[in-house]
Amino acid sequence: MPYPASMEESKRKVEETRLQRLEKGPCERIDEAERERLVGKFHPDYSKEQFREIKLGPNKGCSAPLEIADVLEGNSRVDPDKVDLQNVDYDVDVLIIGCGGAGGSAALLAEENGASVLISSKLRLGDANTIGAQAGTQGCDRAKDSPVMHYLDIMGGGHFTNNPDLAEALAKDSPDAIRWLEELGVNWDKETDGSYHELSGGGASRRRMHSCRDYTGLEEMRVIRDEIRQRNWHERKINWLEFEPAIELLVDDKGQVAGAVLMNLETRRMTIVRAKAVIMATGGLGRTHIQGFPTTNHYGATADGLVLAYRAGCQLVDIDTMQYHPTGAVFPPQVLGLLVTEKVRTLGAEIVNCDGEQFAHPLEARDTEASAEIRECKERGKGVITPTGEVGCWLDSPMIEIKRGEGTILRELPAMVRQFSRFNIDITKEPMLVYPTLHYQNGGIMIKADASTPVPGLFAAGECEGGVHGRNRLIGNSTLDLFVFGRRAGRAAAQWAKEVKLGKLSLGHIRKWQRELKEAGLEKMPVSPMLLPNYSNQGKPVPGFHPLGQESPYTPFGDRAIRWI
Amino acid sequence: MAADKVEEKAEKKIKMIDVYVMGKHYKAPEGLTIQTALEYCGYNVIRGCGCRAGFCGACGTIYSFTYDLTIKYALACQKEIEQNMVIMQVPFFPSIEAIYNLEDLEPEEGKNRLVELYPDLITCFGCNNCTKTCPQDLLVMDFVSDALRGDYEKVYEKSFDCVMCGLCAARCPQGIQPYNIALAARRLRGSYLTPAPQHNLDRVKEIEEGKFDVELKALKKSNEAELRRRYAEREIEPAL
Repeated sequence: MPYPASMEESKRKVEETRLQRLEKGPCERIDEAERERLVGKFHPDYSKEQFREIKLGPNKGCSAPLEIADVLEGNSRVDPDKVDLQNVDYDVDVLIIGCGGAGGSAALLAEENGASVLISSKLRLGDANTIGAQAGTQGCDRAKDSPVMHYLDIMGGGHFTNNPDLAEALAKDSPDAIRWLEELGVNWDKETDGSYHELSGGGASRRRMHSCRDYTGLEEMRVIRDEIRQRNWHERKINWLEFEPAIELLVDDKGQVAGAVLMNLETRRMTIVRAKAVIMATGGLGRTHIQGFPTTNHYGATADGLVLAYRAGCQLVDIDTMQYHPTGAVFPPQVLGLLVTEKVRTLGAEIVNCDGEQFAHPLEARDTEASAEIRECKERGKGVITPTGEVGCWLDSPMIEIKRGEGTILRELPAMVRQFSRFNIDITKEPMLVYPTLHYQNGGIMIKADASTPVPGLFAAGECEGGVHGRNRLIGNSTLDLFVFGRRAGRAAAQWAKEVKLGKLSLGHIRKWQRELKEAGLEKMPVSPMLLPNYSNQGKPVPGFHPLGQESPYTPFGDRAIRWI
Repeated sequence: MAADKVEEKAEKKIKMIDVYVMGKHYKAPEGLTIQTALEYCGYNVIRGCGCRAGFCGACGTIYSFTYDLTIKYALACQKEIEQNMVIMQVPFFPSIEAIYNLEDLEPEEGKNRLVELYPDLITCFGCNNCTKTCPQDLLVMDFVSDALRGDYEKVYEKSFDCVMCGLCAARCPQGIQPYNIALAARRLRGSYLTPAPQHNLDRVKEIEEGKFDVELKALKKSNEAELRRRYAEREIEPAL
């Protein structure tokens, strides 16, 4: 009996209403005006007290989540007076900071375009949010589809706040990104004639989601990582450093970005890299646990790239908007916050409340779906409460088996089946309990369509960059973003490296930053980038980390509490 | 009603259980995973932690019990701690991967690319340790023998959910690298052995030829009201 008795009664109601709901079909989608009212009232992006003004830097006066404002205003880990920039450890054309899907594809393209490449990876090569991406990658390659339709969906999904040039690039490059990955050896789900098996997704007007079972990101990352290694072993000019993240960018005396200071996480030694171009590909920020939300993100998702680029003078766009994935697992507590792929809904599962009633179309855009769940639980009191005090709605996965035939779930969602069966929940027969979880940073470093930033020599790709998705990203467009802008950044950086003449290396921008911190009275701010969350506390429970049954409603299982490393 | 239930449950005290991190004794609350238990005990992990969700294979762990020294395997982020568990992280394990260039590996009748790349394959004597080790419960030894027969399709099917943790290779007495062999097989299959997606290739060509440029340019120029109208009126294809 996987679900406790307190949840069984509600689960039974879901089962009782299932056939009736199947007959009736999903409820109507809400119109644009209603959607804006719903999101404005219930989405965490609109909890004013959770935001504050940034006090210095290019976004001075802009609003940001408290946790992000804190890291952006952090002090440097580097003392400019004590770093010897004469002793350069690596001298390369292109330095890539971060090695998920974006950094990886940037590395491959930069190398193909003649640059020598060094990758700095905070964890292992390929340890990134990419690897946990499940549902798929959008690509407008069916006859019924077009980049025009894709563009409209991207813009609408982002509430028309996107940068049109970036949205256009995303749509137009998408079929080629899919083709490129197949050429490298990615196994897309296909029909017998070779055409792609494509699914629909929230906010998409066409079926254009390419998937590899529900291990899409894992498959993409395994292949890209292997290609990087193979090229290195063939003595091509591509190399990497693991457990050695960047802690500051370097500039030259002309104000061009000219490399970075890396830190070996284990020995704490610094490494100086001189590079003619730098590509920022550090991914997201889920491990800052904005508003205390649990997250789907990997261990290293701590906004490092935002911090480094910001100090070097890059403006951030839409940094006050995060994506809360509507279906984060709530039960059992061991999986709290982990991603339940949207593909579950794409395949036909509905989200219902404690009485088994539908309250929103299952394929609304993510902000809308998440807001509807929060309303259902917080305002209407129709959520299901778990023994550890969490609240959630049911995601009725067994509907898929009835709609599409027995065996569909095991075939299409093996990762989800495995995840829940480890805790004795059979998602082919039982629904899952879900609630919004911190999933994605919609905005980020401002770039142009060639992935260049306003700071010469600095490029950005993937989740750390912003503007392409506006204030809300659609399913399947994040992994697409990695390959579209990763490849664009790789090409553009290699080209830049051919033309640029570097001057003398400097940390002048950090001296200036520290002066500004002092003037603003902020010199006591903790250092950033954060690098890793600290979940340990020398054996004592950290705040918000109480064992079940003590004063806090928080469970000891979620990754909620953090401190500075 | 719901609130009462929470309180009632909250009265139940959590059970603290004994675990041994690399031999050192700690008490940790029941229900934690090996990963969160390590953190609860005060360890701040650098290596041996990745996605924390069972996808990346960074946290391969071996464990045993104080009363049973048989070695068992798991992903630390996915395995719950148990009473008297002895935990050892495997943050790094050296692996040897064959060097190849995918472009030179087009499968040919009568040639087994996998044995060419990994001649050690033929030394498998069927001890099945790899399968017993796999935290994803894959039939590792089965796909090793599929690889030996050059059946790329079967290797793809059976190995697809591999998270590349490398525990199978760590346990192979013959030094075979099942997870790397499977990776090569899958890349070969993906790149060469399925029919080409003609619709995709056609679309790539259309885009290169600029087929959609005029319409996209017009859309990009249109004002927000017009965009909103087009968006609201767009026809939505039903889900499959």
